This record gives sequence, C-alpha cells and structure tokens, in this order.
Amino acid sequence: MTTPPSTLFDYVLGLADDALVSAQRMGWWISRAPELEEDVALANIGLDQLGQARALLTYAGAVEGAGRTEDDLAYLRDDREFRNVWLVERPQADFAVTIARLLVLATWQSELYVALASASDPTLAGVAGKAVKEVAYHVDHARLWTLRLGDGTEVSHLRMQQALDAEWPYVEELFAPTAGALVDPGALREGVLGRVEEVVVAATLSVPQVAPAIGGGRRGLHTEHLGHLLAEMQHLHRSHPGAVW
Amino acid sequence: MTGFVDRRAAPTAPSAAWKIAADLPDPELPVVTIGDLGILRDVTEDDQGRVHVTITPTYSGCPAMETISDDLVDALTSAGYQHVDVEYVLSPAWTTDWMTEEARAKLAAYGIAPPGPAGPVTGPAGQVTGQVTGPVTVPLAVRCPRCGSPDTRESSRFGSTACKSLWVCRSCREPFDHFKAH
Repeated sequence: MTTPPSTLFDYVLGLADDALVSAQRMGWWISRAPELEEDVALANIGLDQLGQARALLTYAGAVEGAGRTEDDLAYLRDDREFRNVWLVERPQADFAVTIARLLVLATWQSELYVALASASDPTLAGVAGKAVKEVAYHVDHARLWTLRLGDGTEVSHLRMQQALDAEWPYVEELFAPTAGALVDPGALREGVLGRVEEVVVAATLSVPQVAPAIGGGRRGLHTEHLGHLLAEMQHLHRSHPGAVW
Repeated sequence: MTGFVDRRAAPTAPSAAWKIAADLPDPELPVVTIGDLGILRDVTEDDQGRVHVTITPTYSGCPAMETISDDLVDALTSAGYQHVDVEYVLSPAWTTDWMTEEARAKLAAYGIAPPGPAGPVTGPAGQVTGQVTGPVTVPLAVRCPRCGSPDTRESSRFGSTACKSLWVCRSCREPFDHFKAH
C-alpha cells in the first residue's frame, strides 16, 4: 500500500459519508413520496446506499486502526469530521431536486465504483463490485423520472429545470482533486457529465450554465444543513450511549 | 430457457455443519434456504470443532444479514458445535445466477416470479467483466406466478425487499413480486 493510512482513511470516509448522508436524505421521503411505489423506491435506494456506507465505514475504521466501528463513525462524529460533498447534504424536500441530485450522484457512483472494482485495494474493490449493480438501478430510476418530468407537462418541465439549476453548482465538487484518491476524481468528469447531459438533453431540458459552489466537504467544511441532519440521525444513539439492538 | 450456470459454493461432499447451515430458511423468504439462494459461501471446521461460516449479502443493505447470522449461530450451537463464527464477504458479488433451479421452483410456487439470467457482470474474482454502466436490463417476459400468463407489466422496479420488483399480471389482474435478476 503506497497510500498512507491517514489519507486512505479520509478518502474512504468521504465515499462512506456521501452514501450515508444521501441515505438519510432518502429516508426523509418515507411516507411522503407522491405515490406508494415511489415511497418504496426511494426507501430501497436509501437502503442500498446505507449498506454501501456501512461497508465503507467499517473499512475506514479498520484503516484508521483506532478501534472505531461503523456505529462510532456514523453516530459519534460532529459535522466538521464528515467528509461528504455538499451535493448530498442539503435538504431535498422537492421531488424534482431529489431526482436531479440522484441522477448526478448515482451516475458518478456508477463510474467511480466500476473504476474502484478493479483498484489495487481488495476491500474497496469488493465493496465497489457489489455496489456497481445496485447503483445501476439508481441511475435508471433517476433517468426515467428526469425524462418523464422534463418531457412532461409545462409545469413538470419547469420544475425539473429549476431542480437541475439548483443542483448544478454542486456537481464540480465531485471531480475536485482529493488526497488519497484511488481513482482520480477528475478522470471521471467526462464520463459522468456525458451520461448525465445525455439524459438532460433527451428530457428536452437544458444543461445549466452556472458557476460552481465553493464546496469543501472533503476537508470537513459544510453548509449549515449537515448539522441539522446529523442532529436527527445521531440523536437516538447519543441519547442512549452503548445501546444495541 | 437455457440452463443457468450453477456457481454455488456447495462442496461435492458437504460436511454435517454445511448441511445444517445450508438448510437454514431465509428470514424474508422462508420458502427457500440460504443454501438455495447462494448466500452461504463456505463452512469450515477445524480439528477443535470450531465452525467458521462465510455468507454474502444479496444487496449491500440487506437487513436480513444480521438475523441470518444469529440464526446460523443458533442452529449450529444447538446441533452441538461449541464455537461458531460468521463472516460476511462481499466479493465475489452475489448474483441470482447462484440460485438453484429448486429455489426458483420454490419461489414460483410461493408466488414470487423467479429471476432470469443476470448475465456476466462480475467475474469469479469480483472484477467487472460486463456492461454495467448502461440502463438496467429489464426482463422481456416475467411469467405470472399465479396464472402463468406472460402478459405482465412492471409497476415498480423496487419492491417489498431490496431483491424484488413489483409486477402486475394483465390476465388475472393480480400484483406479484419478481426476484430481480442481479
């Protein structure tokens, strides 16, 4: 292993936190989605992401070597210790925003996991090889909804476009250089954007022309929304220290 | 239908411990066993009588894994094994192609349309060998497990558990679960 453990720890934690925070946002939709099938779909997508997050957090704990478990890492870190990108942490109470974000996130994860599945790190390769098949469904779900909403009614077209415009500033952070990265984030840019933009154009929507947000999630800098998300996610565990199922 | 490649980890001369583990019903789909599903990967026993069981999840987030693990320990300890530990492995990634023909028949009889071939996505060492970045493969015809009609439609790609999708039969009008090819 040429990557120093501390840097590898941060890298794995970043991928784990992207999946974990996104899973928590997906969970918000349970009982709130526009129809029962969608409720089940978003819950299942969140469950897949949670499973990926658990495997990655467990591995991050092993890399760190300080005895921290997946639960310690998920429930006992404060926001400044989280390494997820800003794309996943902001509220997604708008359905079109949820779909726009999922389209970007899942397409990026799809390209990333394919590359990681043949990485030199056998644990990450195993997690990624498993996840690749799951995120294919997530990409497809987001693609189908983007097409329906974009090429739907005047209102759905407008709302889907507004959602893309709102999410687009947070896309670039996925491709920013990251210490310890086993797959160069910049190398994924063309493939990810190519696939996403193909869907956007097919849905009769426009690719937004906007300046990227500052970002900084990989260094522990976050929007104010992450703290609120963590307060809800961590509350039970912190209120009952040491409790197990 | 062409024959499925049976790539279960079932040994040619299964040990008593393997048989106990393989016969354990899946907690979500009690009509099939973890041996049938291909979730059970390996069972080894050392000369001290310690049993080491290796299982793999169907999906990364499958919530049944903890129950399966507890059930394995219970089943093997009540059969007299003193030390039982269960290990999760993710690689090679589980595929529905590991499911036995018997399991497919049991699922259909239970009212769940069994999966078709998943296709070559990952190789034996877990490396990606197939096209996985394109659209999800949708089966051409899923037969209704109740009336047998092939005139069915997918109503949701996600179902009651991570491994299933939701379908409706146009002939008998019944909704049913389909175990997704994966």
